[in-house]
Amino acid sequence: MPALPLDEAGKYVAGAYVVFLTLIVVYVAIIGAKVARIDRELGELNELAGESGGQAGRSRPAEGPASPEEHGAGSPAEVSR
Amino acid sequence: MYAKGLKSLSIASVVAVAAALALVFFYAPLDADQGFVQKIFYVHVPMAIVALFGFVAGGVMAIKHLRSGDRTWDMRSYVAIHLSIILGVGVLATGAIWAKASWGHWWVWDEPVLVSFLVVFLLYCVYYPLRFSIDDPERQARYSSVFAIAAGAFVPLNFAAVRMAESFTHPRVLSQTGGDLPAEMRLTFLACLLAMALLFVTLWKLELTSKNASMQLKRLRAKLLAEADARAAA
Repeated sequence: MPALPLDEAGKYVAGAYVVFLTLIVVYVAIIGAKVARIDRELGELNELAGESGGQAGRSRPAEGPASPEEHGAGSPAEVSR
Repeated sequence: MYAKGLKSLSIASVVAVAAALALVFFYAPLDADQGFVQKIFYVHVPMAIVALFGFVAGGVMAIKHLRSGDRTWDMRSYVAIHLSIILGVGVLATGAIWAKASWGHWWVWDEPVLVSFLVVFLLYCVYYPLRFSIDDPERQARYSSVFAIAAGAFVPLNFAAVRMAESFTHPRVLSQTGGDLPAEMRLTFLACLLAMALLFVTLWKLELTSKNASMQLKRLRAKLLAEADARAAA
């Protein structure tokens, strides 16, 4: 087949390069969407960690003797008895 | 873990692709036989070579997985094959465009180069249903690795078959000595090949970074939820 004239060949060449660039752009966009999802989930986890940290902080006095007054008794010696 | 060097690699890839495109359109001479249409060669052939090397690399990583039992190698193999399939789509599409411009047909069934690449591509398309039909992660990784090794061994066979096949239809632009290309065209082709290889490695690292972050996030979420449940139970 004889070589195509430039104006006709240009469409094919442009088509081939557009296919390549589209593939790369779509691929990077999909990875970008995944990274955005990871970022969002990380924010949720940070909130969850903050909440559980707060709960742990609130529940810590009940788990162990923080001060003698909280036992409702006198001195630590009386408690141990 | 995978993000190390990703930024510099990305910059290098962008620069390499831009330089390769500049060489293709402003430096490489027009082909005496095919004219401007031959410019498709600079995207089509490097993409095919890198895709085939990606399939083989996936097989090599699968061997490493089976030898070490380390599932990160399976993940690397999966991402390499996944990327190669995407490039394979590009190879088939750009090849069809080049065929239509050069031969007047989108596809020629009696051409061994086209058909053998299609066979390799379809073979690897089976990888996804095989991999995702297995729930158990250990078995999934093991079976996928076995497939990747077997299919990876088939790729050089495909290449050898194409080289040995006698054809007067497919343009033979790279001989065994590489002597068929003029110096400017050879330099442009090598620049395109380097750019495509860099792009492949960058995207491979990018997807691995994303997958690794996603898996770590899942583990962290499970750990935090388990801790929260344990506190609620106590």
